[in-house]
Formats: sequence, C-alpha cells, structure tokens
Amino acid sequence: MNILLSINEKSYAIEAASETPLLWAIRDIVGLTGTKFGCGVSQCGACSVLIDGNLIKSCGIPVSFAVGKEIFTIEGTSETLEFLREAWNEGNVPQCGYCQSGQLIAATSLLDKIHHPSDEDIDTAMSDNICRCGTYTRIKKAIHRAAALKNKSL
Amino acid sequence: MSKIQQVNRRDFVKLIGLASGGILLGCNVSTSQKEFVPQEKGTFTPNLFIQIQKDGTITLLASRSEMGQGIRTSLASAIADEMEADWKYISLKQATGDAKYGNQNTDGSRSVRTMLLPMRKMGATAKLMLISAAAKKWNLAETDCEAKNHYVINKITGDQIFFGDLVDEAAKVEVPAQERLTLKKVEDFKYIGKTLKSIDLKDFTHGTAGYGIDVRIPDMKFAAIARCPVTFGTVKSFDQKAALETIGVTDVFKLERLVPPTGRFFGALGGVAVIANNTWAAFQGKMNLDIEWNYGENKSFNSVEFQEKLRKRVHQKGKLVSGSTGNVSAAFKESNNTIEATYTVPFLVHAPMEVPNATAWFKGNEIEVWAPVQDPQTARAELAHFFEIPLENITVNVTFLGGGFGRKSKSDFVVEAVALSKKIKGPVQVVWTREDDIQHSFYHATSVQYLKGSLDVNGQVTGWLQRVGLPSIVSSFKPMSDYASGFELNQGFTNNPYNLTNFRLENVKAESHLRIGWMRSVVHIHSAFGNNSFVDELAFAAKKDPFEFYLNLIGEDRVLEGTSDHPFDSKRLKNVLKTVAKTSNWGKKLPKGHGLGLAVHYSFYSYVATVVEVSSVKDKIKVENIWTAIDCGLVLNKDNVKNQLEGAAIFGMSLAMFGKITTKEGAVEQYNYNDYRMTRMKDAPNIEVTIIDNMDTDPTGVGEPGVPVIAPAICNAIFNATGNRVRSLPLADSGLV
Ligand code: FES
Ligand code: FES
Repeated sequence: MNILLSINEKSYAIEAASETPLLWAIRDIVGLTGTKFGCGVSQCGACSVLIDGNLIKSCGIPVSFAVGKEIFTIEGTSETLEFLREAWNEGNVPQCGYCQSGQLIAATSLLDKIHHPSDEDIDTAMSDNICRCGTYTRIKKAIHRAAALKNKSL
Repeated sequence: MSKIQQVNRRDFVKLIGLASGGILLGCNVSTSQKEFVPQEKGTFTPNLFIQIQKDGTITLLASRSEMGQGIRTSLASAIADEMEADWKYISLKQATGDAKYGNQNTDGSRSVRTMLLPMRKMGATAKLMLISAAAKKWNLAETDCEAKNHYVINKITGDQIFFGDLVDEAAKVEVPAQERLTLKKVEDFKYIGKTLKSIDLKDFTHGTAGYGIDVRIPDMKFAAIARCPVTFGTVKSFDQKAALETIGVTDVFKLERLVPPTGRFFGALGGVAVIANNTWAAFQGKMNLDIEWNYGENKSFNSVEFQEKLRKRVHQKGKLVSGSTGNVSAAFKESNNTIEATYTVPFLVHAPMEVPNATAWFKGNEIEVWAPVQDPQTARAELAHFFEIPLENITVNVTFLGGGFGRKSKSDFVVEAVALSKKIKGPVQVVWTREDDIQHSFYHATSVQYLKGSLDVNGQVTGWLQRVGLPSIVSSFKPMSDYASGFELNQGFTNNPYNLTNFRLENVKAESHLRIGWMRSVVHIHSAFGNNSFVDELAFAAKKDPFEFYLNLIGEDRVLEGTSDHPFDSKRLKNVLKTVAKTSNWGKKLPKGHGLGLAVHYSFYSYVATVVEVSSVKDKIKVENIWTAIDCGLVLNKDNVKNQLEGAAIFGMSLAMFGKITTKEGAVEQYNYNDYRMTRMKDAPNIEVTIIDNMDTDPTGVGEPGVPVIAPAICNAIFNATGNRVRSLPLADSGLV
C-alpha cells in the first residue's frame, strides 16, 4: 500500500506492506541506513527511533503505526542530539560504532525528559541498548557531559 | 620492507580511487616473516602508501579491517607523526582484499605489531622529501630546515612553507634511501603514545559509517537463507508455496552446501534461499517455508552429555603434551597437601552487533563483493575456488564491520551471497537474522579441564598436572581432528607463565559436532580460566594471600629468549600484577558481602593483570569494580588502548555471567539476545585501566589480551566474598545472576 512517512521533517511516499516493521521500511524502502538492525525482537535497541518524541524500537512496530507521526532518526538533528554528539566526540565513545545510532537516540530521549540524569536514571534508560564492544562506561560519562553542556546553554 | 618509491601508475591511482596529482609514495611490506608479497613483473603496486596533494590533504591506505579496534586511526597516526603532519589533513582509503596489500587478515591482535615500523619509515620518507624541496627553494642545507605541523620551517629566518605548496617540488626529489631516515625519539612523539580520537567519529555519530548491511546497489535484492538446525544437515524436500506468496518475495530455491577443500576455506552451509525486495520480506518468506531436513550424523549431538563425556575423559590419563617437565607423580607422592579441581567452559558465540551479511554481484566472468570481512583475501581466494573465476576478476570491497570478534574472519556468508547472485543473475544482499547468527556460527569451543597440584610445607607449588579436553578449530578445516592442536595448547596451556619444576600437560579426545571457530582471545579464555582459578585454589590451600602467591609462582626474573620475536619476560608480568594490586588497593578492608579476585595472564605477547570487586546480595553477584593493568609495549594510541581494555572487561563479563550455547539433538537451543544474554548498562561496573609506560619496547596485542582474565577474576572474587567456588561457567548456571 502507499504510505506517507515524515522522517526528520521530510516526507517520503513509499510503497510497503502495512505490517512491514518500521525499521525495514526506513532502511530498505526509504533508504536511510543509519538506523540499525541488531536483533529484530526488541532486545538490543540498535533500531531505536523517536516517534512524536517517544523512544520506540522500530523493529517492533509496523510502518502503519508511524503514519501521520513525526519520526526522528540518527540522520536528524536536534539541540539535545548535538550536545550528545559533542560529548560522544569528547569522550571518544564508539568502538565499532554499530550500536551508537541507537545509543544516541535513546540518550536523546533521556535528556529530553530528564535534564540532570543520575547514574540510576542512565542505567534505567540505557539498559535496553546493547553494545557488544562494551562502551557503556564511556556512554554514561558522555551522557552526564552532554547534560552539563545542555544545562549550561539554557 | 621493499624500497620506498614514487608511484606513477595511473591505473593504481584509479584502482584505489585516489584523485590524481600530488606525490604518491609507496612501498611493500611483508607483514609476517614467512610471507611473500607478490608483485606483477615490472610494476610496482605498493601496499602502503601516502598521497600528498597540493591542498595539503594526505591520503593513506588502510589495509586492515576496522571493527572497533581503532586500527584506521592507530596506523594513520604513526605515519602522520613521523611526517609532522597536522592530523586534520589526514584521510583514509580502505583497501580491497588483495594479496598485493600484504597480509590483511585482521586477527590475532597483530596489525600494530607488524606494521608500525614500516608506517613510521614511510612518514619519515615523506617528511624528508618535503624538507629537501623546501631546502632547495631556500637554497639551504636540509639540516637548516625542519618540519612542524604541516609546514617546513627555515630554522635561520623562521620562514615557513605549507606542505601542500611543496608538493610539486618534492615530487622531483629523489626518494631518500632508508639509511638516511631518522625516526623520531619517543619523547618527541606528537601522536604516537598520545590520545587521538577515532578518525571515523563523525560518521559513527551520524549514522553514516557504511557497514556491510548498509550497502545499496541499484536494483539489488535481499535474501535470507533457512539452514538446517543440525550442522551439515541437508534439505530433503521443501514446500515453497507459502513462502512465494509472501508479499515482496520474488524467488525461492535450494542452495547446495559448498564443502570446503581439506585444509582451507569455510564453504557455505546451504539450505533454502528466499529472495525478496526487502530484508523483512525475505525474513518472512523464510519463516513461511516448510522444509524437511536430512539431519545427518550430528543429530545425536547433545552438548550437556558431551561435557559429561569430556569430564570423564579428563579424569583418565590423556596424551602427554610436549613441554611437560619433571615428574609430577613423584611430587604428588611426596606432598601431603594436594588438591584437585575440574573446570568447565561452555560453547560460546561472537554475536557481533552487525549480523553476518554480504552483498554480491556475479557478472559472468567477474565478481564484485561488498562485505564486513576481517580477512578479505581469504574471502577472495575462496570465491575464486568455488566459482572458478580468476582471482584478478574478483573484487572484495571491505566495509566497516559492526564488530567482528573472529566471526567475520570466516567468509561463509560471502560465499552464500555470490552463490545467490549467480543464481538470480543480479546483485543481492544476504542478511542473517540474529537467530541465524546464534544457531549457525563457528563456535568458540567448550572445554573441560582437570587440574591437580601439590604444595610443600612452605606453600610452594611442587607439582602441576593439567588435562584438557577441547574440540579443535582444526576440525573445521580437517574433519576427524579430535584433539586440541599444538597451536591451541600453546595459548596459555603449554606456555603458562609459572615457574614450575614438575609440570605435566595431557590432551584428551574431543570430537566436533558443530563448526568450531575462534572468538576474541580464543583458547586463552580456557587456559586463563583454568590456570587462574586453580592458582587461587592453591593459594587458599597454602593459606597464602593470592597476590603474594602469584608473585612467587611467576618466580624469579627471566626472559625466555628464542621463543619468539617478543620473548616472555616474567618481570613485566610481575609488574602488571603489582600495578593492579596498587590501583585496586589490594588487601583493603571491604564492605560486608564484597570480595576481591585476581587474575594474571600473558597472551598475544601482552601482559595483563586484573582485580575484580564483586558484591553478593541475597546470593546474587554484582561486579562493582574492575581494575586492569596492561603492558603491551609501545602504545600507539592511549585512549584507544583504554577503550579496548574497557570493552574487553565487558566482553569478559558477558561470557562469565551469561554466555552459553547448548545443543539438543544437534540443534543450538539459544535464539537471540533474550537467551544469549549480554552485559548491559545496568550491569556495567567502574573500569579503571592502567597502561604501563614501556614505549621503548615493540608493540604487542591489545584487542584480545584484556578478555581472558575477567572470568577467573570474577570467580575468585566470588570465592573471596562468599566462600563459594564456581568452577563452571557461566555464573547464570549457578543461579548467581
Ligand atoms: S533490532 Fe530492534 S531492538 Fe534489536
Ligand atoms: S560500539 Fe560496537 S556494538 Fe557498540
């Protein structure tokens, strides 16, 4: 069926079976490959996106769910995400980098909601995202740093 | 290395995808001593090169695969440092898989070990040519000029010329002989040994790094393959109707198994392939297949029974392994303090975040592949073998790897993609589901070890007997290889770092019923677990502090000359041990329910010691802190080494706490990250890494040596905290997590 998606404030008219998971619609049909496949069963967070500001694992919802809503992916930009990127750079966070799209999106969602997250807040918010390379300590530090950068700018 | 020379061949520039112009310097490096770098006659195709353009940009060749170990950044930094280049002008081209680039097998923590010196010489050559060009312009002696931060400076007047503005002149300068090069002194390094951020950071944080799974070719198809649950089983019959009716599915067909010739290659498992317009449709089609299998002889393989079998075998005499010394039976007879223990490690799987995948285009007499491979040359040779296409007509483009850990050294998924492309006569990307990855891998072997040791009245170890049962990696290349091979035992078993007078190692039979492969740290995971757990048990039996006991067991200062280019030096091992005792404040008073555990291991020529602090609350274990010290000789990029060791701690935790692959009736029982669990943010401890400053020594491995110590250090800490000795991994099996 014909589907209209709005991703990072741009519209895309695509042809997809309505039950296609949003992840594969974004990656294979729209062609934005920054959102990653890791497990397909909502276990790893590699496919994280924001839909109307809410953190969603895109492998677990049908593309039809996103119609009429605003999808935000790693190809997008927001104030919070830019602070996170800066902190990720400062902390030299990634190893292979593969999980980092999902980590950054999950962290964006966290900092959009909680301005001064504690270690526990980070543990709770980020434990759905696996990093097989094991960059957790750096991610945690970078989220604190991004929060500081963001709060300073306010 | 061969002479460094200028490269003028236009086809080479085109091949690599470089802009033409500027200076292109190249040389050939053989990256292992045995290796010969083939060169077509009369041509010169460097496997290391630098191109300097008029705008100052410097392009380098990355011949190794990037899988998170930071190799692109590390190697580039060595050239840039010797060249006195400004880091912001550096960019990289990823090499395709081709023997002309030397050994590209990104494995065994060896890239930096073998390539550092040639890279430095290359940088020094370029610098000298730029200096010569400037000296000529100024009519000065070269010694009156120096290079600094992308400029050549006139030491007399202070004038300076930008590197880019010297390119034309420098291209006319004769390439200096290697004898004329002076390499920088350690204290003058600007990038080497310092902290450089990943050269790929921007791509990693914007979703623009191109992994294998991100490759898109116009009109390409996507494929999924249903493989037999039992290793090497075949398709008896299948019903494709429902699969073909799946929206987006365009084709369904049987894929024959490609059996590798004895001794090399990986082949492909075969199965039933589903071709579709997108990945998800292919996955759906695969689920809708109705297949009847011939399970074959591995159908009876039950991993729990198998471990029982190994356990029985290690309690009987095995084959004596050379390297054993003294007389352990006599030592046991003399001692009135002997202890015995049996340790088990399960099958494990790599599960890199990016699943195996490859994109291929079979074009008649040519093949082009895009894939996340650790060993592109083997992939290429394998394709030439199976598809009977001349090697030179095969291009293997290496993408970023979303983790490798050894899985992506095996090119079976590349072979599959090409077989599919050949059949459908167009480009296709095969994507493994996570379930495929967990159920059809080349597994890290299970092992059972029996240890017996004796102590004298002073608590000195007088005898050490170790029996190991471990299915061999060789079985994947040579069926019926039923014993661990010498190269495997030489990973911490025959060459344990202890000063033992009476040492006996025995090897027991262990057949393979799964494809056995290597995973990050390989056999060191087994040897470090057995050795360090047992040393801790001996220390307890001797009523000694484990730290003191280790120091004593490693023994007097000695260098085992002649064993390799990087001979074992006991002093360096004791040094990391002392360092980590200090950073962890070993011996400190701990909160109730907390315990400290120690482990020390020598692997990939690097020296590592770790202390783990755990807490036990209601019989559940939490890892609170990990302190690791490493001596890996010269450090190229400090922060990268730190990052690797932090990651190794998490990798080691995952396998210690959760990692376990089991089989029933030949089929792997785990599916996905829900039952093959990983350490997550909430489980992650504080990790403190100390890097020993040893810049005058050759660099040794970094990617792997941090892993093996973690599991035994955790188990030793659990014993210290609770008195409970865990001898079988993972901890989840003992109900501790
Ligand atoms: S791919 Fe969606 S959570 Fe793993
Ligand atoms: S950086 Fe490799 S999986 Fe996270």
